[in-house]
Amino acid sequence: MTFDAPTIDYAGLSPIIALTAGLVVIVLAAVFDRVKRFGPGLALLTYAVTAGCLIWQWNADLDLVSGALRIDGLAVTLSLLAVIAAAVSVLLAIGDPSETQAGRSDWLALLTGSLLGMVILAQATSMLTFFVGLELLSIPLYALCGTNLRRRESLESGLKYLIVGSVGSATLLYGLAMIYGASGATGFQAIADGLQAGDGMLSDSLTLVGVGLVAVGLAFKVSIAPFHQWTPDVYQGAPTPVTAFMAVATKAAAFAVFIRFFLVALGPLADQWDVMLAALAALSIVVGNVGALAQTSLKRMLGYSGIAQAGYMLAGIVTATQAGVDALVFYLSAYVAMNVAAFAVVVIRERQTGFSDDISTLRGLGREKPLLAWPLTIAMLALAGLPPTAGFIGKLYLIEALIDDDWTWLAVMIAIGTMISLGYYLRVVAALWMSPAGEAEGDAAIDTASLPPQIAGAQADPFEDPGADRRWYLVAPALIAMAAALFFGVIPQPLVDFAQHAGDALSVWVP
Amino acid sequence: MLSSIIWTPLVFGLIGLLVPRRFTAWVAVLGAVITLGLSIGVLAGFDPDGGMQYVTDVSWIPGLGVDYSLGIDGVSIFLVMLTTVAWIPAICFSAMRSTERPALYYLMLLAGETSTLGAFLAQDLLLFVLFFDLMIVPFYFLFGVWGRDRGGEDDHAGSPGEGAVSVQSATLKMIVFTLIGSLLMLVGAIAAAVISADGGELTFSIQTIVARGLPEGSQNWIFWFFAAAFLVKMPAFPLHGWMPDSYRAAPLPALAVFSAVLSKVGAYGFLRVVLPMMPDASDLFQTTMLVLAIASIIYGSAMAFTKTDLRLVLGFSSVAQLGFITAGIFAFDSTGAEGAVLQMVNHGLVVVPAFLIVAMIAERTGSEELGPMGGLAKKAPVFAVIFLIVSMATLAIPASANFIGEFYILNGLFQVGAAWAIVASVGVALAAFYALRMYQLTMHNPLPEGSDSREISLRDALVLVPMVGIVVVLAFCPQLIIHGSEQAVDSSIAIVREVAK
Repeated sequence: MTFDAPTIDYAGLSPIIALTAGLVVIVLAAVFDRVKRFGPGLALLTYAVTAGCLIWQWNADLDLVSGALRIDGLAVTLSLLAVIAAAVSVLLAIGDPSETQAGRSDWLALLTGSLLGMVILAQATSMLTFFVGLELLSIPLYALCGTNLRRRESLESGLKYLIVGSVGSATLLYGLAMIYGASGATGFQAIADGLQAGDGMLSDSLTLVGVGLVAVGLAFKVSIAPFHQWTPDVYQGAPTPVTAFMAVATKAAAFAVFIRFFLVALGPLADQWDVMLAALAALSIVVGNVGALAQTSLKRMLGYSGIAQAGYMLAGIVTATQAGVDALVFYLSAYVAMNVAAFAVVVIRERQTGFSDDISTLRGLGREKPLLAWPLTIAMLALAGLPPTAGFIGKLYLIEALIDDDWTWLAVMIAIGTMISLGYYLRVVAALWMSPAGEAEGDAAIDTASLPPQIAGAQADPFEDPGADRRWYLVAPALIAMAAALFFGVIPQPLVDFAQHAGDALSVWVP
Repeated sequence: MLSSIIWTPLVFGLIGLLVPRRFTAWVAVLGAVITLGLSIGVLAGFDPDGGMQYVTDVSWIPGLGVDYSLGIDGVSIFLVMLTTVAWIPAICFSAMRSTERPALYYLMLLAGETSTLGAFLAQDLLLFVLFFDLMIVPFYFLFGVWGRDRGGEDDHAGSPGEGAVSVQSATLKMIVFTLIGSLLMLVGAIAAAVISADGGELTFSIQTIVARGLPEGSQNWIFWFFAAAFLVKMPAFPLHGWMPDSYRAAPLPALAVFSAVLSKVGAYGFLRVVLPMMPDASDLFQTTMLVLAIASIIYGSAMAFTKTDLRLVLGFSSVAQLGFITAGIFAFDSTGAEGAVLQMVNHGLVVVPAFLIVAMIAERTGSEELGPMGGLAKKAPVFAVIFLIVSMATLAIPASANFIGEFYILNGLFQVGAAWAIVASVGVALAAFYALRMYQLTMHNPLPEGSDSREISLRDALVLVPMVGIVVVLAFCPQLIIHGSEQAVDSSIAIVREVAK
């Protein structure tokens, strides 16, 4: 009897292998006190190696592990975005109370684990890897949200995210089960074949309910309305470096599988789900933008804005064309730059003011600390879609893809959403530049009465670091992200090529 | 060549960030002067019958079909000249006074010039939309950072005071209003390109889209998406809601160029984009547009006549003037459209000194309200004469270029229907009222206490006199512009005239 072991393509698997190895090293390093302080360095090294492997596999286009994973342009580009976001979070977390309280290496291990889930998710082409990747992404994140152990909001956000996230995962799993029932297959391509082969399966209610449940499950993950309620609370409560990671990297990975599952596995059903997704996108745009108008907390506002932005990006999937995917990836890349710039400034400002992210703490910053004010200003202008930033080109790209596929009404929705969004993005700009520096009334220091019961032996430490705006590892991400948002607004072609590399990977399945 | 005109101001603005503070203003002045020099160079080599000239066409975002394509014709050349001329007094005027955070101020002012020039020179529809959107960003900062809150309590007894205005809300209102229009225009522009390509190669080149043509049904909604952007920018009557507050809050030198040039981009857009690209829709909505234009004329004149804040008098008179220009364009007649082009230049040239004079009046009286003013002419004959010339030009006194412009426009309107021309001419009469009232109440009458009738200083005269000189010269030879723009205007309205027949 002979037994053929499956061939293992080590080159194609190299990003996952690098990340797993790095994860093991980071966990082991936690044991040794001497190497513990090199944690962030180890993590950054791991991410650099992973990014190197991804770039090495830039032109790869092959199935791995018997078709459970697939490394192609889509996987490579979106994994790269997630890796960049993770690296930025590591930098922003240096010295953050959440990182020190949770035990530095543990925090980094959780982050790396979540990133591993994202890289797997971006490559998933089977329902099994899809779900495993999604859970690997989510579970460390639940814990990360609660790592600011002495802030009630942080613990609350971790718990809330756990509950809502589990509901989302369960919904998704039900949906996957139904689609399995309808198609009799787990691989994405096999599902599409199974659905087409089955008699009347394309319009069978089992299939359609399954598709709906999967869409709902994924909508929870990328915070699409009306499944967004957790987003503002969790964004606000979680430690800001974690929020930044969640906002950017989770979207990249979840949209990767969103694209792949809907365009490949459910491609034959595109006429059934496009209207549903279009409705979700439109609702998200309205809910996110209107919700953000009333916020005074910067992180909450960015949470709502993230809902609206997810709506814009979802519109790229609605078209079910390569141009739509290109536009989505372009927008997502721009979104990474703008959000990193914004969150980096929020982190610095929080450290300077004892953890207040109220918009009033930004007043007069333009005059006093232009180096902080500019990245945030550019980020806001880019999110609002004004030229000359990548945000403008991103909107342009999306609208072009939508109109090209006869979704003009959705393009108009994007325009309307953008108008509403000016109301809150520009409020931040106005606070930065057009208000006198008034020490915020009711200064933001931590209200001791609201602290949770003290953990034995620990002191409540109102953390403050007035020199945070001089720490390179905080300022550099903000400045680099700002430069990227501007650069790709003026010379967008490199980023267009990047995005089209992702779209080309799907050329077999979509027009 | 055209690229250097566009980018020179921005480059000098950026240089201004690097040099010591006291030189910043002069770097900015130098940048504006060099830009003017370059544009004069273009004008010198310009052939009025040559169609589109100095064409630059490079691929910018090939993935999206967007080109960096520039060109200049008989309409844009004069608006480019207006822009480069108008920015100089605004910058010089600021340079002679101290400004907070000068480096940023001049950077924004010059970035505004760059984006405005870009809008006038762009021959790619998306590039035009991009510059159109970009214009508002520097002015948002200029108005917001260097503007000031206006409290209702400033007003003296007896004058119907305007409500208090905060800079923040005024600028927010301005940018939201403007961008509502221009975001719809972005959708409209992309739709125009995609629909006209009809599965073929996607391009945003204005000429190609015009040549390919758009189906009538699509024209109708795309027309309004564009019209919304342009009418807000002008501003035209029902969409002027942002204007009073932002005009009251804005810093005057920035407001001068804003009112003089940016409002013209809207009118220019009608001539360059809307009429050639959407001739059927333009014809269909001609009456609506004319009603809006006439309403702007009457409403603007009436408001200018009742307001006491000098900025608002000028602001509403702009509404009326832009109404005239729109009416001239939508007459679909070469005389009307040529008059409109002339009037765009005239109005821009008059408004810049007018707003700077308001700033000087405020320096002398401490107020911008007409009520308690007067007598400023007493010891300042030169200042008074300058203001008199500006006022006379505003009311389009015969022999001024404004008179020729309005005459041409009314002439064009007459071809559409005598009633239009007659109603519009009421605006001309009202203009005489508000312009004279403005002059009289500031310069004549006894000098109230606390005011200072002071002759214009030499340096301010250096700024104003050339501007006023250009106004006077243009009064003698308006045919320069009429003839220069004739061929370009004719080709702009040729298609719509064809349809209208």
